[in-house]
Amino acid sequence: MALLEVKDLRTSFYTRDGVVRAVDGVSFSLDKGETLGIVGESGSGKSVTCYSLMRLIPEPPGRIDGGTAMFDGRDLLTMSKKELSKIRGNRISMIFQDPMTSLNPFLRISTQLIESLRLHYDVDKKTAINKAIAALEEVGIPEAAKRVHNYPHEFSGGMRQRVMIAMALITEPDLLIADEPTTALDVTVQAQIMDIIKKRQEDLGTAVILITHDLGVVAGTCDKVNVMYGGRMMESGTAEQVFYEAKHPYTRSLQKTIPSLQTKGEELYTIPGLPPDVSKPIHGCAFYPRCPYPKTGKPEGDRPELVEMADGHCYADCGFCDSSAPIETVLAKTDSPDEAIETGAAE
Amino acid sequence: MAKFITLRFLQGILVLLGIYAVTFFLVAATPGSPFSSERAIQPEILAQIEAFYGYDKPTSERFIASLGNILHGDFGPSAVYANRSVTDIIAESFPVSLKLGSISLAIALLLGIPAGIIAAVKKNTWLDYVPMSTAMAGICLPTFVMGPLLALVFGLIFAVLPVAGWFGPEFVVLPSATLGLYYAAYFARLTRGGMLEMLNQDWVRTARAKGVPERTIVWKHCLKGGLIPAITFLGPALAGIISGSFVVETIFQVPGLGQWFVKGALNRDDFLILGLTVLFASLIVLMNLLVDIAQVALNPRLKYD
Repeated sequence: MALLEVKDLRTSFYTRDGVVRAVDGVSFSLDKGETLGIVGESGSGKSVTCYSLMRLIPEPPGRIDGGTAMFDGRDLLTMSKKELSKIRGNRISMIFQDPMTSLNPFLRISTQLIESLRLHYDVDKKTAINKAIAALEEVGIPEAAKRVHNYPHEFSGGMRQRVMIAMALITEPDLLIADEPTTALDVTVQAQIMDIIKKRQEDLGTAVILITHDLGVVAGTCDKVNVMYGGRMMESGTAEQVFYEAKHPYTRSLQKTIPSLQTKGEELYTIPGLPPDVSKPIHGCAFYPRCPYPKTGKPEGDRPELVEMADGHCYADCGFCDSSAPIETVLAKTDSPDEAIETGAAE
Repeated sequence: MAKFITLRFLQGILVLLGIYAVTFFLVAATPGSPFSSERAIQPEILAQIEAFYGYDKPTSERFIASLGNILHGDFGPSAVYANRSVTDIIAESFPVSLKLGSISLAIALLLGIPAGIIAAVKKNTWLDYVPMSTAMAGICLPTFVMGPLLALVFGLIFAVLPVAGWFGPEFVVLPSATLGLYYAAYFARLTRGGMLEMLNQDWVRTARAKGVPERTIVWKHCLKGGLIPAITFLGPALAGIISGSFVVETIFQVPGLGQWFVKGALNRDDFLILGLTVLFASLIVLMNLLVDIAQVALNPRLKYD
């Protein structure tokens, strides 16, 4: 049985300007010890998916409209608050994007580190502190025995994210959700943080959901990848499938944006246009207006479903573009949207 | 910390000296004198009175003499009330204001801060709307409306409390309620704002993700930071509240310090004006020092330096 099985998750925000369907029917599963990467542009619903699993969506305006998320045989979305609080921080932990604001500046690191231990396990304070020191050493904080009693503002951004990792893993959870853990850090620290997450995952056998913009990180660390766009999954499969046999034009466009894969000296490629406004109904493929592929017609009606093409490799095919064309030639042929934007900006 | 307190203490003394000098010369520059009255006084007698109070000497000399006296704790005689010194007047009325003020402050804090916390935690429910609209009304309603209203309801209609005077414990209720409710309203709104800011922080989400119960999030994670705005307001509020409120003391005929601020100014009672100014300024300086210490204690990001 899978550790986590998410089916048809739907989360919306009921705002004054309308209903924002941030997550609109997402399904995936994750086994013990596996790493799942969720990629997509800002606003594609990656974070909301994970916050929904932990029921951390601010309600109101947010609401989980439907779906199930079976974790170890129990539904995270419908269980009582009491049951949920036994799972949060104990069996599922989370690391957030901005380490500068994710630690409480009014409380000592030690207080925050041992909080989940003391909440979920019957340990005395001294044992907990010793465990906290060990946890800090594991993530490479020097002089951990002394620094454990510091306040967050006495730590740098990279060190705070290490503290967050230590804090999340101190209860040895079955699942770690990392919401863009390296986005707010500078490049030199990013690799260190990813290495620490990877190392700790191997030590503890924790499953990881990694939300990120960084496709390079996904390729290097993930077993499985979900590509999200406009609140839905566009493509999913193993990292190899999604990277080497990418089917969806959106996945391929994302790959095209990886800076290191582009010719040196040339202007970096960006996908033309903007992500869809999910507060308005979307007909057909959400990526259609930005799709660089040759069109054979305009998709209408419902959004295309995610269909399994081959052995676990799924993709939402609208059937109206020729995705068999090699991406390089396609992108070379259809530079017009890009130019349109450029000339628009020039005016 | 000792260094911080010493430094701030010395700063406070400098501030007080400045305030004293400005007040002294302003009073001295004001036309007229404490001894001018509608009745004509014979010049010899006037000269004698002026000599008695030291007004025959040049202003600068008087300034140095009075400063010396004040440093010895002597605020001088009242220039209007014969045979009473300013120290007497303060010693007589300050305890009254202090008592009224402490009780009012206790009401303000015990009512305002819990109301603010509850309103923030139960945002946009009736537990937020009811206390907060009451608080808004409390801020808008001046004490000279609130006071007579309370006196009318509890003193005349229900006749359970004395309307005015200062003769026993029951006389404390209405004036301290009037003053206390007014400040409670401020504390409630400040606490709500502070708590809401804390509850919206990212680290609250972190705490929730750790499985921390909501109650612990409020008390352990948010209270310290949430109280900072209220604590900041506490300094000036404390000084104002214990040195007497002229309006409340007048409405309820409380023989406190507040009345003397007005009487001193109207009578041109130079020594009284200066004495009260020094007292009030010292209180403000002291309270602000206490607030600064409290803020550093609450917020680890601040340091004593």
